[in-house]
Amino acid sequence: MTVSAAPAEAILEEAQPGRRRRVRGSSDTRAYGLATITVIYLLWALVPVAITVLFSFNAGRSRSTWQGFSLRWYTWDPTGSVLNDESIRNALTHTVLLAVLATLITVPLGVLFALALDRWRGRIPSGANFLALITFVIPEIALAIGLLFMVTYLATPFGLGTWAQVIGLVTFQLAYPIVICRARLLTIGAHYEEAARDLGASAIGAVRRIILPMLFPAILVSAILVFADVLDDFVIVRYLSSDASTETTSMRIYQTARAAPTPALNAMATIILVVSTLVIILGWLAYRRWSKRQGDTTELGSFAGNL
Amino acid sequence: MKDRSTRLLWPILGLPAIVWIVLFFLVPFYVVLCVAFGTVDPVFRTPIPIWNPLEWQFTQVAVVWDRLFGPDNFYLPAVLRTFAYVAIAVSACLVISFPVAYFAARHAGKYRGLVLALLIAPFWISYMMRMLAWINLLQPEGLVNKIITLGGLIPLDINWLSGNPFTVVMGLIYGYVPYMLLPLFASLDRINPSLLEAARDMGAGGFDVFRRVILPLSVPGIVAGSLLIALPMMGDYFTSDMLSKSPSTAMIGNLINLSIVAPGQAGQAAALLLLVLLVLLVPMVLYTRSNARAEVRS
Repeated sequence: MTVSAAPAEAILEEAQPGRRRRVRGSSDTRAYGLATITVIYLLWALVPVAITVLFSFNAGRSRSTWQGFSLRWYTWDPTGSVLNDESIRNALTHTVLLAVLATLITVPLGVLFALALDRWRGRIPSGANFLALITFVIPEIALAIGLLFMVTYLATPFGLGTWAQVIGLVTFQLAYPIVICRARLLTIGAHYEEAARDLGASAIGAVRRIILPMLFPAILVSAILVFADVLDDFVIVRYLSSDASTETTSMRIYQTARAAPTPALNAMATIILVVSTLVIILGWLAYRRWSKRQGDTTELGSFAGNL
Repeated sequence: MKDRSTRLLWPILGLPAIVWIVLFFLVPFYVVLCVAFGTVDPVFRTPIPIWNPLEWQFTQVAVVWDRLFGPDNFYLPAVLRTFAYVAIAVSACLVISFPVAYFAARHAGKYRGLVLALLIAPFWISYMMRMLAWINLLQPEGLVNKIITLGGLIPLDINWLSGNPFTVVMGLIYGYVPYMLLPLFASLDRINPSLLEAARDMGAGGFDVFRRVILPLSVPGIVAGSLLIALPMMGDYFTSDMLSKSPSTAMIGNLINLSIVAPGQAGQAAALLLLVLLVLLVPMVLYTRSNARAEVRS
């Protein structure tokens, strides 16, 4: 393409001197224009959050007037700080607990299902896959109300609380590992497994020793996505929460953000942000290490649950 | 024997997830139907689900229908408002994310990794924290008012946080735009650069290349991104609650959320939810099927 294009461009340039330069020039201005828009967008997207983080370190009670740097709202304020306010502490630990439990259930469930879908054709698996994919776009409130009604009217002895929240979260997140692992299985293809089978491996052996290790980066990515997304969840955890002991950070922000809270709320939000950032960075490093070992070059985009 | 066990292996691996989906997705949905088509206890005002579909009653649905289209249609404004807010927010997200996604896909050069990382950053910042950020900025003595009034010089008293539709729509845009950016980026990134070169070589100007090559090729990304944000917005109640908390900016999600907690109205919440899902059914199925097809193609 470029080989044949070069002479044509040379001819064009000769025939219409200046034309090409003008095109190139306008394309450069366009790139600068787009870069400016992108920078403005990023500032708009990230600066408000940065200000929220900044004010978690405010020495005073204000969330809009800077009164000096302090760790007051993290540690030493006698009643209001994250460390000393039991409800904030509880919300933080409960949020992380839900994220851990939901990830531990969602990922194996989804990975096994993706493996099954790769070989098992028919109405049942494709129907189940369809239902799992619907959870991507169904308003979360529908899923949450369904489970709320099921617990309150059908499975009454079960009761709301941590496990109801975990069940709701797993159902809502199940599509991540399924989609990500299926995409990866499609690129892996069938030959490795066939080769293993030809060399005498059993079907389970081939899955365990060949497919699962090759699938590991995809499993890791889906685990991180599920974990980060559960930290963020609000609708499901709120409807399926039983009392103050199953309150999460997002619920706390929802309930107190408008009622003149102290910067301790900012501090709590900042801690969750730090937790998810750490998990993402650690996961990304592990992912890069593993992919490199496998000679795999996957882009950052796939890391974002780019569907 | 070995062959049979191999054949059974895949269904066995898939079974737990299928059981899970049936138990915690299909059954709850059926319960919603039974509540929506059930009755209400006259004394305790609690909903009584009717489990047998043959005995389903339509009183709750009729009540909701009446509130939507009957003489006493106090649901209707919120429904129309929701459609208006979602339409504005989705269009604005499109206008914002197209140039940004295009820059990231085509012109970011050596900054590509950094730009992508920053674009996905809002994904792992909790939605509630991002709303909190705007509450902090927009409160009466917040930074935005300080800047607008030049630190109190101009006597301008803008009330951002109660019943201001501008704030709610801005919040929706702010909250959902990252989810549109990524599918759009993916579809723009897939466009073969030589196509643009060819169009330019054949004499197309910058705008022509955009209108006749880039835009048509990015339609799948535009559709996917729009659906991906429009559908969840239809059930969103927390953005309006956080940034306005006023009935004058209530959306469908707020109607459902309020009925859920009000005594005796759970059945109406269920019926309203069903109506919403009915309207959203076609776009939801479209999105899921196109997604499944894209998966097979790649």
